[in-house]
Amino acid sequence: MSSVADGNTMMNEQRREFIKKTALGVFAGLGASSGLVPAFSLEKTALPVWDEKPVQGKIRWGMLIDTRKCKEGCQQCVAACHHEHNVPSFKNRNEEIRWIRKSSYKNVFPTSNDAGVSKKIQNRAVLSLCNHCADAPCTQICPTSATFKRWDGIVEIDYHRCIGCRFCMPACPYGSLSFNWQDPRTAIVDPVTAYPTRQQGVVEKCNFCSDRLVKGLQPACVETCPEEALTFGDLNDPASDIRVLLEDNVTMQRKPELGTKPSIFYII
Amino acid sequence: MIENALKGNRAYWIWIASLFALIATGLSAYYQQRWFGLGVTGMGVDASWGIYTAQFTFLIGVAASSVLVVFLYYLLHQHEFAKTVIIALFMAASAALMSILFVVADMGKPDRFLNLIFYPNPRSLVFWDLLLLSGYLATSIISGWAMLGAEKKGVPPPVWVKSVLYISIPLALFIYTVTAVLYAGLPDLNLWLTIMLAIRFIASACAAGCSLLIVVTLILKRTTGFDAGKKASEKLVTFAAYAGLANIFLLGLAFFTTSYSNVPWMWFSFITGVVSIIILLVPALRKSQQLFVAACTTLVLSIWIDKSAGLMIGGGPVPVPLGSIAEYVPTSIEIFVALGIWSFGTLLLTALLKVVVAVKVENEC
Ligand code: SF4
Ligand code: SF4
Repeated sequence: MSSVADGNTMMNEQRREFIKKTALGVFAGLGASSGLVPAFSLEKTALPVWDEKPVQGKIRWGMLIDTRKCKEGCQQCVAACHHEHNVPSFKNRNEEIRWIRKSSYKNVFPTSNDAGVSKKIQNRAVLSLCNHCADAPCTQICPTSATFKRWDGIVEIDYHRCIGCRFCMPACPYGSLSFNWQDPRTAIVDPVTAYPTRQQGVVEKCNFCSDRLVKGLQPACVETCPEEALTFGDLNDPASDIRVLLEDNVTMQRKPELGTKPSIFYII
Repeated sequence: MIENALKGNRAYWIWIASLFALIATGLSAYYQQRWFGLGVTGMGVDASWGIYTAQFTFLIGVAASSVLVVFLYYLLHQHEFAKTVIIALFMAASAALMSILFVVADMGKPDRFLNLIFYPNPRSLVFWDLLLLSGYLATSIISGWAMLGAEKKGVPPPVWVKSVLYISIPLALFIYTVTAVLYAGLPDLNLWLTIMLAIRFIASACAAGCSLLIVVTLILKRTTGFDAGKKASEKLVTFAAYAGLANIFLLGLAFFTTSYSNVPWMWFSFITGVVSIIILLVPALRKSQQLFVAACTTLVLSIWIDKSAGLMIGGGPVPVPLGSIAEYVPTSIEIFVALGIWSFGTLLLTALLKVVVAVKVENEC
C-alpha cells in the first residue's frame, strides 16, 4: 500500500516539476510581450519568474520509445500529432508531409548491426520523428537560422523566416524534414485553430509539441498512446522518468555514429 | 559604351530575339511554379534537389574557374591572355549571376530572399557560399567594366582594378572550398562523401570553365572576327585537358569506391570525358577545327552531366535504396525555367561581349 502511495507522490512530484519546467515557456513569452510596453504590462512581473529565466542547456527534452509496447498497425499517435498540428495528408507519396511516422526497422536503423536481431524485430514497424539532436546539422546548415535550437533543446522551425532553400533536408541524416511542395491548406482534413497552418514553400517537422509544453501538457503522441510506449521528459534531470528508464534499460539511438546526439531513444 | 550592345546585324538580332523568347518562356513557367508551388517540378520527398541545384553547382565552378586566367595574366604575367581576360571576367560574372538565379529558382519562398541578409547564420556554409558568390559577381563585373572603359579611352586601367582582381582570386578559391565542404558535409549525399571531393570539384570546374572559355572565344572569332589569340587558346586547351584528366582519374577512383558505377549517366560522362580529353591532348587530332570544338563542347557536357547526375543520385531526405534514383525526372516547367535562366545569362554575356568587340574594333581602326 505504502509503495503505491510513494509511487503516487513520486508521479505528482514529477508532474509538478514538469509543469514548472514547461510553464517557463509561458512566462518567457509573457515577459517578452509585456516587456515591449512596460506601462501596459499585462500583469506585475513577479521576480521569481525572472529568477527562473530559461537557461540554455539546463533542460533538454527527450523521448524514449519502447518498441515492444508499440502495437502493430496502431497509428493513433501519428493521427493525433498530425491533427493537432494541421499536418496535411497528401495521398501522393512525393508530396507527403510527415512529422511522425511508422516505418520498417530497416528504414529507421539502416546502419545498425542486425546480426542477432530476430526476424520478428526486423519486421516490426518503428516510430520515428525528429530527434531534436543536440548537435543538429539542420540548424547548422540553415542560412537564415530559420531552423534553430531552443534553450530547452528543441529544434524548432520559424515558418516565417524559412526561405525554402531545402538545404536542411539532405543535411538531416534521418529524413525528418518535409517540404511544402504545394499549398498544404487544401489537404488538411479537420483543421484546428490552436496551431498555425503553413504556407506553400517552407519546410516543417516535429516541434516536440512546444505548443503543448507551454500549456504544461505532454506531447500529443505521448498522451495519445494507449500502450504508454512513449516517455517524455528532461534528459538533464536525473530524477525524471525518462532518465530512470534510460538507466534501467538498454536503449539505442538512430545513427549514433554520426555524432548528432539524438534526444530520442529506443528500447528494442 | 553599353549602346554598342544595341547595334548589330540581322544574325545578332535573331540571336537576341531567340534568347528573349526563351526567357519569356522561362518566366511563364516560373510563374506557374510560383503559383502552384515546387510540386510542379519533378522533385519530391525522395529527391529534394533537382536540376536547379545541379546548374547551381556546375555554374559556381565555371564562374570561379575564370580566375585562372586572371591569375595567369596578372600574377604570372602571361601576356598572351591580354585579350582573354575581359572575356573570362564577363563569363565569370554571367555564370555567377545564373548560379544565384538558380538558387532563387529553387527556393520555396524567393520573396524572402532578403532574409539571407537580415538573419544571416554565420555558421552556415550555404550563407557563406552565397555571400562569396555575390562578392565574386561584383568583383568580376566591376573590374571587367572598368578595364573596358579604360581601353575605350586608350588609357591603362585604374590602379584599383588590380586590387579588385587580387581580391577575386582568394574569393574564387574560397568559393570552391566552401562549396565542396558544404556538399561533402551532407550525410545524405553519400556519394559526395569522399576526401577527394574538393580536388575533383576544382579539377572539373577548371576543365569545364576553360573549355567553355575556348568555345566562347571561338564563337566570337567566327561571328565577329575578334581573335583572342592562338597562343591563349592553346594554353587554355592544355589546362582544360590536364584538369579534365585529373577529374577523370578521380572520377575513375570514385567508380570503385562508390556506387557511381551503377549509374548509366555517370558512365556516359566518364566515356565522353575520356574521348574528349584524348582529342584535346593529341595534336594531330585537335588540328581539325571541327573536332577541336566538338571535343571542348563534349568535355563541358561530360562535366555538366557528372555534376547533375552526381547530385541527383545522392539528393533525397530519406535513405532511399539506389533503385529509386530514376524516380526523379525533371518536368517541362523545370526545364523551361532552367533554359530561361541560361538564356538570361547568355543574353548578358552576349551584350557584354558585344561591347568588348566594339571597343576593340574601334581601337584598332
Ligand atoms: S533529426 Fe534531423 S531535423 Fe531533427 S534535429 Fe536532428 S538533424 Fe535536425
Ligand atoms: S529550407 Fe528553410 S529551414 Fe531549411 S535550410 Fe532553408 S531556410 Fe533553413
